[in-house]
This record gives sequence, structure tokens and C-alpha cells, in this order.
Amino acid sequence: MSAVTVPTEHDEAAESPPRKVKQHTAGPKTPWYMWIAVAAIVIFCLFPFYWLVSLSLKTGADLSSSSLIPPNPTLANYKSIFQNDDFVRALGNSVIISVVTTALAITVGSFCAYALARLRFKGKFWILALVLSITTFPAIAIAAPLFRLWSDIGIFNTLIGLIIPNLTFALPLTIYILVSFFKEIPKDLEEAALVDGATHFMAFRKVVVPLAAPGLATAAILCFIAVWNEFLLAITLTSSPAARPVPAAIAFFTGSTQFEIPYGTITAASVTISIPLIIMVLLFQKRIVAGLTAGAVKG
Amino acid sequence: MEAASIQAPTPQRRRSRGLSERRLAFAMVSPSMVLIALVAAYPIIYAIWLSLHEYSVRVAGLSRWAGLNNYSEALSNPDFWDAMRTTLVFSVVSVTFELLIGLAMALCMHEAFKGQGLLRTVVLVPWAVLTVVTAIMWRTIFESPQGFVNNILGGDTVWLGQEPHALIVIIIADVWKTAPFMALLILAGLQTIPGEIYEAARVDGATKWQRFVKITLPLLKPAILVALIFRTLDALRIFDLPYVLTKGAHGTTTLSLIAQQTFAENRIYGLGAAYSVLTFITVMIVAFVYIRTVGGNIRGLAED
Repeated sequence: MSAVTVPTEHDEAAESPPRKVKQHTAGPKTPWYMWIAVAAIVIFCLFPFYWLVSLSLKTGADLSSSSLIPPNPTLANYKSIFQNDDFVRALGNSVIISVVTTALAITVGSFCAYALARLRFKGKFWILALVLSITTFPAIAIAAPLFRLWSDIGIFNTLIGLIIPNLTFALPLTIYILVSFFKEIPKDLEEAALVDGATHFMAFRKVVVPLAAPGLATAAILCFIAVWNEFLLAITLTSSPAARPVPAAIAFFTGSTQFEIPYGTITAASVTISIPLIIMVLLFQKRIVAGLTAGAVKG
Repeated sequence: MEAASIQAPTPQRRRSRGLSERRLAFAMVSPSMVLIALVAAYPIIYAIWLSLHEYSVRVAGLSRWAGLNNYSEALSNPDFWDAMRTTLVFSVVSVTFELLIGLAMALCMHEAFKGQGLLRTVVLVPWAVLTVVTAIMWRTIFESPQGFVNNILGGDTVWLGQEPHALIVIIIADVWKTAPFMALLILAGLQTIPGEIYEAARVDGATKWQRFVKITLPLLKPAILVALIFRTLDALRIFDLPYVLTKGAHGTTTLSLIAQQTFAENRIYGLGAAYSVLTFITVMIVAFVYIRTVGGNIRGLAED
């Protein structure tokens, strides 16, 4: 496990030994079939999304053609979704819900994760098992009771009514990722601080938090993506554009009829809401991979 | 970020040199535990409570104790067993394909060549595309008139309008979105295998295939197992794809979907809650296996 949870900076170093060995076996040149395999992976991963983008650049009759390159590319669909108040509002809702949930999860979760990673007390195993099992909860199990409860206490169809249940999954996820990251931070510095008379809490704040910044960033990114993507709660606990986040709003675009689906605007909206996540992936690829594999791989 | 819990230790720090380790641990862990109790444990208990009651459709707020009636109704409803079958078929088929494709992708990515980082970024794209967007995307690929699948395969199949085609589209969409994720998990496992082992096997004259079967697969087993169970847990909860692609028509109603439709659309709270609890139990059985599998992992994290 330790080998894969090492934060990103060490990634290259960890990879290079097997890479060298491989080069001996495969020879200095990559064989031709490898390039075919790589091309297949790239097409598999990117082509469907390219298709979605190409569709979003089409209007009118072009939308019913299956040409892979838009004959008359236009940004008209993008213009129209940003003139749609419901969509813009949904975008705002999504940003608020994701940012607030992530901030809360990181703030509360980092303390818990630090204690689990560093302090000595009983019951750690059970807390970790509990935390991990909650990440596997089906959202439906809390959506049904909250659907009623939120109406009773008046927070149905509000942003807070979505932030709370998103926290159900975001908090355990954050704790679990952060425990693995905190474990990777060398104890020496912290112990030096303790010897110099700092309290555990000061050691956490002044030594661990700055060193854990990459881990905190990773947890925040994964948490943000998970909340941004959340759909079941979004669709169940809202009833109007007032609180509806983008995934739910887009589903309502499609819901109306089987025949007249406004594909131009739907695809433009779909591309638009995917872009923040794709940018995150481009910027933080190593960090995300490290976070995803932390805890998931046993060894 | 620190503001919230600085308050607790600060007065203490003046008196002594800080909290005892155990007290500090308690202070740091309890906010999360309280929050988890409120946002996870309480709703689940309330779901069980709801599932033991019957709620009037006409008079809001009117309810009566129903015992296990909702459960016997759920378990004797063929719709529930259809949803169970659909969910299981979906999970087994999609996770199998994800594993095979993910393994192939991981092995390919592990081979030495330049631009591995770039390839890993490419592979993360499907993972980053929202599930709802994935559903819309595959609908536009399969559905006429613009969808090109029928152009390639010939014929005029209505993919999302019949059984089992609709489920096949949902499986394809899921495989596209998560096989790359599986590849990354397996790749992480591959990178923990020391290169010297291969070197030694090569010196001993093992062929590429022998090295794969005798070294890679056995050493990869733990990583694969965890990835498998992890993905199965996710697949059992499937909701977004069938909701957007078919609304559960043509044999695509899953456990989460039947529960959601029962309480949110048909407003049958008791039965809906019973479906939710049954889904929860199904997932938790697999989760139990998962936690046991990664038990060593958790124990490692819990060590001092």
C-alpha cells in the first residue's frame, strides 16, 4: 500500500525501476502493436466525448446527421444555454453545493484523519471500518427518509438540504483519503516540534497541515468532483430550479418528450458542466490518481 | 480552517501543556463522528422506521404501524425481483467487462514508452465526465437520427426502446465510464510488483506469457480483488444511467430506481422506504466482504 499512496512528487521515482527493466525486455523501441493498443485506448476514452462536443457545435438539420465533423460549426447552442436562466442558476447552485460541502468535509475531516493517523487511542480500527462502510452506502438509503424529513422541517428544495446529505458521503471519503496521506508524512518533524515543547495540536497545525497540503488538495479535488457529479439526491430532494444543481437540471432538459429533444442545447450544457472537471484532471492528473489509489489498493 | 476547533484546546493549553493525547484524539474525532451520526446513521434509522409504517396517500401526515407488511409486499412483488435481477445482471456483466478492459489497458500503460503521463490523463477523461453526461452522450450515439451505431451495424434497431438492448446500452455506457478507473487501480497494483522478479524470471528463460500468468496475475490478485469488490459496490447502487437513458423502461429498472420511483414519484413512502432498506442490505452484504478484504489495509492505517 505505502508504495502507491506516496504523494505525487515521488511518483516518478517509484515508477522508474520497473520501467528500466521493461526497456530491456522490449528493446529500446516501442513495438508497433503497442502503438495500436495505445491508439485504441485513446480512441476509446476520447472519441465519445469528441462526438458530444461535435454535436454541441451543430444546429438545425445538422443535428440529425451523423457526420463526425460539424459541417457548419457554431457556438449558438452555448450562447443559448447561457441565456437560459435555469441553467445559469443550476450552475451557480452546483458551485455553491460543491464548494461548501468540500470545505466542510475537509475542515471537519482533517482533524479526524489526523487523530486516526497519528494519535494513540482505542477503537481506531472500528472508526475506520465505519468510515469506509459509509462510503459504500447506496444514496437511495438516505434519499428516501430525507425526502420526507426535509419537507417536515422545511429544507426540501434548498441548497442546505443538498449540502447535508452530500456530506454523508463526502466526509467519510475525505477522512479515508486523508488518513492515508497523513500516514505518509514523516513523523520526525512532528516529533521534533513536540520535543521543542509544542502541543500535539500545534504540531498538527504548524507542521502537519503545511506538509499535508498536497494531500488536502487531493482530497478536496476528489470530494469536489464527487459532489459535482451527484445525481440521485439532487433529483430527489429538489422540485424547482431554485436549488437544482446542473446534473438534475440537464436531466429535466431531456425529460419532456421522446420526439423533440433539444440535443443542441443539451449537449452544449453537458460539455459545459464537464469542462471544470476535465480541466481539474488535466492539471492534477498525478494527484487524482494518487488519491484514487490511496486506500483502494492493498499490498 | 483551524478556527472551529482551536477554541476547544486553547483554554486547556494555558493551564497545562495541552490536552492529553487521548483527550485530543477525542476532541478531533468527535465532530466527524457526531456529523456522521446525524447525516448517515439517523437517516438510515429513520428509513427503517418509515418502512415499518403505512402512510395515507390522501391525508398528509397520517400514518399507522404496519409491521413487516411493506417488506412482505416488496418481497412478493415481481417488480422488485425484476429490479433485483436487472441490478445483478448489470453489475456482473459490466464489472466483468470493466475488469477485462481495465486489465488490458493497465498492462498496456505499464509497458515502457514515452508519454505515459499523457496517457494517464487521457484515461481519466471518462472518469471525469459526469454520469448524467455519460448517459446523454451514449443516447446521442445510439439513438436515431444522428446516432451512428445503426449506420455502422446496419438495420434500424431502436436501441433504447426494447429489451435487452436498452440494458446493453446502459452497460456500454458504464463500461466506458469506469473501465479506465479500473485500469488506474490495477496499474497502481502493477507498479508495486518489483521489477527484479521479472528480471529473474527472464534470466530463467520464462516467456512473456509465463511471466504474466505466473508472476503478474498472482501478485496482482489483491489489487484486482479490491478493485472488483469496490466496483461491484458501485454497480449495485446504479441509478443515474437508467434514470436518464430509459427511466427504467424495457427491463432497466434497478433497485435504486424502483425505490426512488416508489417514494418520490408515487409517494408510497412505506413501501419506498422498504425498497431502500432492501437495497441498503444488499449493498451492505457486499460491503461486508469488501471491508473484510481490505481489513489488513484498515489495520495498517490504524497502526501507530
